[in-house]
This record gives sequence, C-alpha cells and structure tokens, in this order.
Amino acid sequence: MKKQAGLAIAALLASTTVAGAEGVLNIYNWGNYTHPELLERFTAETGITVTLTDYDSNDTALARVRQGGHGFDIVVPSDTYMQTWITEGLLMPLDPAIVTDRANIDPNWIDVPFDPGREYSVPWAWGTTGVIVNTALYDGDINTADVVFNPPPELSGRINVIPEMSDVMSIAIYYHGGERCSMDTDLLRSVRDTLMAAKPHWLALDYGTVDAYVAGDFNAGIYWNGATMRVRLQNPDFAYGYPVTGYPLWMDNAAVLSDAQNPEAAMKFLNFILQPENAALISNFARYSNGILGSEAFMDPEMQGAPEIDVPSELAAAGRFGEACPQEVNDIHTQIWTEMLQ
Amino acid sequence: MGGNGWKWLLCAPALVVLVLAASGPLVIVAIYSFLSPGNMGGVTWEFSTEAWFRVFFRRDIFEPDLVTWNTANLAIFWRSVWLSIQTTVICAVLGFPTAWFIATRSPRSRPFWLFLITIPFWTNLLIRTFAIQEMIRNNGTINTVLLWSGLIEQPLQMLFTDFAILLGMAYVFLPLMVLPLYAAMDKMNLSLIEAGYDLYGSRGAVLWHIILPLVKPGFIAGSILVFIPAIGAYVTPRVLGGGQSLMLGNLIALQFGQGRNWPLGSALAMLMLIVVVVALVIYLRTVGRSDGERRV
Amino acid sequence: MSERGAFSVTRIPGFGLIAITTFVLLYLPIVILVIFSFNEGLSQSVWEGFSLRWYEAAFANRQVRDVSIRSLWLAGVAAGLATVLATLAVLGTTRVGRFRGQTMIYALINQPLMVPEIVTGIALLIFVASIKVQTGYTGMGYLVAAHTAFCIPFAYLPIRARLETLDPALEMAAADLYASPVQAFRHITLPLMVPGILAGFMLGFVISLDTVVITEFVKSAGQDTLPTYMLGQLRRTITPEMNAIATLFLLLSLVIVTAFFLITRTRGR
Repeated sequence: MKKQAGLAIAALLASTTVAGAEGVLNIYNWGNYTHPELLERFTAETGITVTLTDYDSNDTALARVRQGGHGFDIVVPSDTYMQTWITEGLLMPLDPAIVTDRANIDPNWIDVPFDPGREYSVPWAWGTTGVIVNTALYDGDINTADVVFNPPPELSGRINVIPEMSDVMSIAIYYHGGERCSMDTDLLRSVRDTLMAAKPHWLALDYGTVDAYVAGDFNAGIYWNGATMRVRLQNPDFAYGYPVTGYPLWMDNAAVLSDAQNPEAAMKFLNFILQPENAALISNFARYSNGILGSEAFMDPEMQGAPEIDVPSELAAAGRFGEACPQEVNDIHTQIWTEMLQ
Repeated sequence: MGGNGWKWLLCAPALVVLVLAASGPLVIVAIYSFLSPGNMGGVTWEFSTEAWFRVFFRRDIFEPDLVTWNTANLAIFWRSVWLSIQTTVICAVLGFPTAWFIATRSPRSRPFWLFLITIPFWTNLLIRTFAIQEMIRNNGTINTVLLWSGLIEQPLQMLFTDFAILLGMAYVFLPLMVLPLYAAMDKMNLSLIEAGYDLYGSRGAVLWHIILPLVKPGFIAGSILVFIPAIGAYVTPRVLGGGQSLMLGNLIALQFGQGRNWPLGSALAMLMLIVVVVALVIYLRTVGRSDGERRV
Repeated sequence: MSERGAFSVTRIPGFGLIAITTFVLLYLPIVILVIFSFNEGLSQSVWEGFSLRWYEAAFANRQVRDVSIRSLWLAGVAAGLATVLATLAVLGTTRVGRFRGQTMIYALINQPLMVPEIVTGIALLIFVASIKVQTGYTGMGYLVAAHTAFCIPFAYLPIRARLETLDPALEMAAADLYASPVQAFRHITLPLMVPGILAGFMLGFVISLDTVVITEFVKSAGQDTLPTYMLGQLRRTITPEMNAIATLFLLLSLVIVTAFFLITRTRGR
C-alpha cells in the first residue's frame, strides 16, 4: 500500500518534469480565453499534445516569464506590454518557414505600433474598453464617459468599473482631452477630481461577472465589448457605448517565447490560429474580433454585425491604442488610484 | 545546553522546509524594499529609501515640494487592522460556543460534529466566497426570502459593503478558530469544572474563572490563526467588497501588479510584517502576564 | 465521571443555540451552491429548471478535471508532510522547558502566517525561478515544498494546543510502571495527541486547497490548481461548471470523511 503511494507520487513528479519534451506544447494564456475545441483540433491535426496554463494579468505573466525556468512555449500579451516583451528579448521572431500564412492577417493589423510588421506575434483577439448601459433605465446618449463619471440619477449607485487602472485612467484622461501618459499637472488634477467626484456614484470596482449585470446588480459601468455582448445576449436592454472623447483599443497577441522548449510546435500553433476557421473559434468563445481575414464566415450568426463588434464609423477615430507609461507617470496614476480607493 | 540537541533534531526537518520555502525568500523582499523600481515591474539594483518614504509620506502630485502624510496608505492600513480585529471577535463569539458544543457531545459523536465544521472547507476559498456572493446579492436568496416575508420592500444592498467583507472573512476563517479551541477543550479535566461549581456556584463565574483559562492556549492559537490571514486578505475584499475600498493585501498586490512598483510593494509588505510581529508580541505578553497573575 | 454528571456541568445556556446557528450559517451558502449546480440556466440566482448540464460540461472539460485532481493530490501530500514535520516540532518545543533558540523556532514556524500570501508568492517566484534555471527541474516539488511550508504553522498550532492541555502526570505514571520513553510516547502521548494531529492535518489540507497566490507564482507549465484556474477566470465569468465541481468536491469529502469516521470507530471498539 505504502509502496503504491510512493510509486504514484514518483510518477506524478516525473510526469511533470517531462512536460516540454517532444510532442507537448505549453500554452500560457489568460484564463477562460481558449476554446477547448481549438486545442483538440490542433492535436488532431498535428499529434502535438497541448497543455494550457492560465494567468490573470499581464503583470503576472511578465513577472513569471522574466524570471525564467517556466517551461512555457506560447504567451499572449496585450498590446501595451508587447514592446517590453520584445525589447527584453523574451520573444522569438516568427519563423517564416513554419508561419507561412501571415497574409491571412487583416492588413490593418500588420503594421501595428506595438509590433511593427508583425515580426514577433500574430493576432489572438482585439477589442475595445467602453461603457455598458442598461437602456431600459436611461435613454440618453450612451457614447460618452459621462454615464460613468457624471452619471444621471437613474444609473448612479449601480455602476461597476473594471479594476484595470490603465483603462480607467485612459478613459478619464481622454475625457479631459489629454494624452495617455501626459505629465501635465492641470490635466492630472482634473482627472483626479473627476475620479474622486465619480467614485461615490460607483457601487463596485469589480471585474463584474456577466451574471451580475444580467441579475441587475449593475446598471452601467466601464466594461469590455465582448463581455458586454455576452450580457446583451442574455438581456437585450444592455447596450455598449463608445465614449466619443476617446476609449482604449486593445489587442492580445500570441507569440513564441525565446526560451520555449518546443519552438517548432509553438510556431505551428501560431500558423494554425492564422487559419480563419480556427481564429473564428477564438472569437466564438470570448466574443471578440480576431483580426484574421475571412474568419467572419465561420463565426456564430449572433457575432455577425453585432454592435459591440462593429465599431460605428463615426466613432472609430476615438478608439486609441495606448502605450505603457514611464514609471514616474505610472506612479502618479497609482497614487490617484490609491487615493480614490482608500 | 548539551541536553537540548534532541529538541533541535526534532524541529530540524520543519525548520529546513520553512527556511527554504518561507523565511529565506522573505529576505529578498526586505532587500527589494531598498531598491529602485525596474521598467514594467521588477527592480533595478540601485539603493534607494524612496519606497519607505512613500509608505508614510507623499509628495503632492501637483506641488512636488509639498510633503504630507500619505493618508491614503495609512487609511487603508487602519481599515485592514480594524476589519481583522472585528473578524477575530466575530469568529471568537461564534467559535467558542460552537467548539464547546462539539466538545461536550458524547465522545462517539464528537468526530461527527468536528467533521461537520470542516466539510464546507473542502471546497476552496474562491468557491466559498462566490457562494456567499450569490447568497447576499440583491436578487440572492437572503433578499428573496426577506422580500417574500414582507420584512423589507427594497432589496438590501449587502454585497460590495464592509458588511460583506466581514461576513466573508468570518465565514472563511471560522474553522481556524473552532478547531484549536476544540483541541484545547477536548481533554479538559471535567473534575476541575465540577470543583469550580462547588467553589463559585454560578455558571458565569465557572466560565470566567475555570473554563476560559483552561482553553486559553486554544483561544490564543485561534485568534492568531484568524487575525493574520485576515489582515492580508486579498480575495475576499476583492470579490465581496467589490474592490471599491482596498485592504492592505490588495494595496500590496496593486504595487506588484498594475502599479509596477515592486520596492514600494515590498516596503508595504515589510511594514505589515513588522506591525503583525509587534501586535503578536504585545498580545502574547499581555495574555501571558495575566496568566501568571492568575496562577499566584 | 459519569455521562450524566459531565452533561450537567458542561451545559451553558445559549451555547447550543449559537452553535446550531453557526452550523446553519456555515451550510447555507453551500446548500445554495449545490442547488444551483443543478440549474438549467447560466444564472446562479434564478432557478430555471433541473439539469445536469454543468456536470457534463465539467466532466467534458479536461482542464477542469486535471486541475481538480492536481489540487487534491497537492493538498494531501503537503498537509501530510506538514503534519509529520509539525508533530515532530511540537514534541521538540512543547513541555520541554525553555531552551536557547526556542523563540527563534517559534518565530520561524509561525512566519508563513505573518506574511501575506502575495509577498511570499513574489519572494518565492524570484527564488524558485533561479533554482529552476540552475537545475532544470520544473516538477511539482516546488509547489509541494511551498505548500508544506505554508501548512506547517496551521498544523503546528492545534497539535501544540493539544499537547499543552495533556496532563504530564500520565506519562510520569507510565514511567513509574517502567515504560521506556519510547513506549510511553507510543502508548500514551501519541494516542492522546491524535485529535490535535487530525485537526492539524485537516487544517493543513484545507489551507493547501485555498492557497491561490503562492501557487500562481510558483507553478510551472501545466501546474494549474483549481484555485489558480479559477483566479484566471476571475477576470471573466465564473460558469456554473464551478458549482458542479465544488459539489463534487463536497461529495468526495463526505465519502472520505464518512469512511474515516467508520474506520476510527471500529478501531476504537
């Protein structure tokens, strides 16, 4: 009996050390972001087994990989973090011999500021951070950050803001006409005052499950487009607004780590998700666009022409990609943020 | 001194694991609190006391020469301490009678009650916290029952308040109070209690003069086990408090995460460590002293 | 000490009521969770009819299956190790008279309790990663060590509290009867310590199951546990699948606990 237990333990210890050997691909991705069928399909096509490990923030992923000894092959960083990943040499350039279908990427998503010419990464998903509003309670204009920063009485007290400091700060800075990493003290003062004045109207700063909106815990908030779509599919009263003063665009990108154990399998996987029918699975799962030409044809019908997915042309220009701010700016943002949440 | 070798030998395996996997790494945190923040997280190896300065003071964002107390950090600090004290008291008030109830069952049924305490805790903290969230949300079970019974007309806002944080922490940490209390009560010498009745007569006096001193080791263990994880709580304030007012654990996590200021996070963590140790020493000294007096 | 005599002196009015209320409060969220794991709809607060779909979904999800098994395995191993180490340490530090270095030992043992998980997590990340790079070993050993260290104080405190309340006269009596110290320990002390040791193991197990942040930072590829898997989902939506998994965990614990209960009972006879 004891012997068996000992053997079982030894087997388990051993099985995890061989991870990274041939035929195994280790993906490190955001939690609940990967369609299980995507991995099954990949294994069926290539015979490579896939292991998926989750993270919950860009900072965790970066800290984890920077320290080395992680055993991952693929990571999916957001646009603001891409430059850090690239300049620190954490990513491996795409291998054109294996990643042959780069032409499938929408031309709009090739010369992106965070990875010019797509030398290191391929699109995973992209979206916007805007506002969600229960239009049954409020029938005014929703394409404004005022629904959160200066809310009408019918929404006040039932507002949830995602606890993403950079997104919320960006919307507030754009609201005052500033640039994302501006050091202008007058601007920052107004931003702080706006946030401090808005805070009493907010109920929570939670990632806020879709269920909480559907259940009526929240009537409005700052939210992601895909999540808002999942809310709307359950409660059609909810609508997504694009603040006209400016709102963050974001894109998560799949890339191979420079110390990957199995770079060949990893490159194969990147090429695999460049295929429209595979990219569509990513979108169907999380309800975000993916930037791969022709993938719309394979998407669920409710994705086609969804107002959260198709940015209205008159509001498209207000969407901006951010950058990671220098430490001194980030420190000020953190200080404002802490003051607000004290 | 020579006769103490076996004591060290018995402790050695535990100490090796602890030094390698808990205390050793902590030295790194102490060192980090005196370094400068790195680009996008991490540190650069330049000595600096800026992090410690920032724990207590802040330069006004708009007038850099103006230095004031960092009231935001201090407010969060105090909040955490206060909520943790309340949690410990709630756990003690509920836990003592519960442990007593278990300890006074017949010896055969005691394990059953003991297991009943631990069963909910076989589901992990996040699931339990979400279960509470479901229960106290506006259209959750409690509000539904209250509305149905006519006691209230509008749903009570319980979720995303300090009440929710307290409820969640007390719920999560309760067995950490009950189990050590029970362990101390279980082998209590009942003849002492009988003698106590002969001496004092009243139940209250027996409880105060006989029972409480007897279970004190369990009580001390329970309070420590509840207070310390409570002060560093991260998940409960985030999920039940809705993250709209930070606790210390969240503030530290913020610095290591989106704030990208690891030295500041390290300094806050070290400060918390110091406060806990000081509180612990004071607590054990006071409790220990009154114990000595009583024995006289 | 007759049963009836014990019953009357230990009765304190109101305590029974508080205890029962505590048990009810303890189980209320769990019961609701179990009920909604059978809900037809996605909602976790509105009943939409009975269904097993979330159980099917959980079983079909290989990741959920893997992380659940890994969590239980890790908790069992770490709590077991921690209990053994803590019991030894208790014997070395309790009822043995004061000795030089005792305070330091106490401080070391309790140290994981005094540090928030996030700090230990970051510290371990830096420390463990450098070992991983040096040795190339990325197995479960790190998680086992980290969880064991974290469980030791939780196991130590109840075991110590138990030993402190034991009457040393019992062992002295054994010594008077010419029992060797080992025999006295084996036949007197150890059996009497069992409730404390059990409490310590169970605390350790529960604590390991709850350990999120440390695991998040120490884990290597393919080492997600149930809590880190859920943490990864926190940013998005927790599905009722999790309720189903939680219910299965409860069921499993009931089976184990009942089996344990029956075994100790028959052995007691």
